[in-house]
Amino acid sequence: MFTIIGLMLTGMLLGYLLRKRDLKKIHQIITLLIWLLLFILGIEVGSNEQIIKGLHTIGLEAVILTLGGTLGSVIAAWALWRALYNKKGGRG
Amino acid sequence: MKGSLIIVGFFVLGTICGVCHLLPFDITETNISYYALCALMFSVGLSVGNDPQTLKNFRSLNPRLVFLPIMTILGTLAGSAAVSLILTHRSITDCLAVGSGFGYYSLSSIFITEYKGAELGTIALLANISREILTLLAAPLLVRWFGNLAPISAGGATTMDTTLPIITRTAGQQFVVVSIFHGFVVDFSVPFLVTLFCSI
Repeated sequence: MFTIIGLMLTGMLLGYLLRKRDLKKIHQIITLLIWLLLFILGIEVGSNEQIIKGLHTIGLEAVILTLGGTLGSVIAAWALWRALYNKKGGRG
Repeated sequence: MKGSLIIVGFFVLGTICGVCHLLPFDITETNISYYALCALMFSVGLSVGNDPQTLKNFRSLNPRLVFLPIMTILGTLAGSAAVSLILTHRSITDCLAVGSGFGYYSLSSIFITEYKGAELGTIALLANISREILTLLAAPLLVRWFGNLAPISAGGATTMDTTLPIITRTAGQQFVVVSIFHGFVVDFSVPFLVTLFCSI
């Protein structure tokens, strides 16, 4: 699975070497590949009866994970905000 | 927003094709998705390396705000780890892998599907889309409750594109550079962290 990250780093190096060239097409290619991959993910989900039947629990788990992760990140941002701008504890 | 809708549209279209067995062959038995993922990551690398201008703009960044992406990553991982205590049937690494999407739903769901299967991949897709939507909707409240940096942290990997307008409107114009820098760093961490948590 580290092949994929290696490919990304190779791409970065190559992109940097070719920085004089305009690689505008690359963004279209990225969009097309994302469409293709999410279409395939959709097919996998659709043809898997277990996932389709459990879609509501999956959705609930996703929402809980979103709330937990986002809450953790904003609390960390609040701590940094207090440390940098708001040492006296008043509202910013 | 339009771009996001099209991406979700392709997912829904695929789901319908899957439910109705519209495709003549079983695409999940082929290696197409793996090769497409390889091509995708190579292209993402190309586009990052090809754009040194973005990196140059970061020189005007307030050096103390360099810590913001680190806070976002640590805070999100701590929150996701806490959630794994509630979702007892999910392992802590599964929760951390989903959290490591930081709102970058296309890439994280694709990676997690490849490593951990379509079920967790779908959770990653839904969880990270909702993170983007939550940021767009709650940005004004986040600023009021948690300070001006909060919508940037909540936006995760999306703060250099989709959530940038709402951040500048709610937190202020002076946070544009840090928002783009934050999105860039968090974006870049997604493939590494997701791969890490899927492999341990």
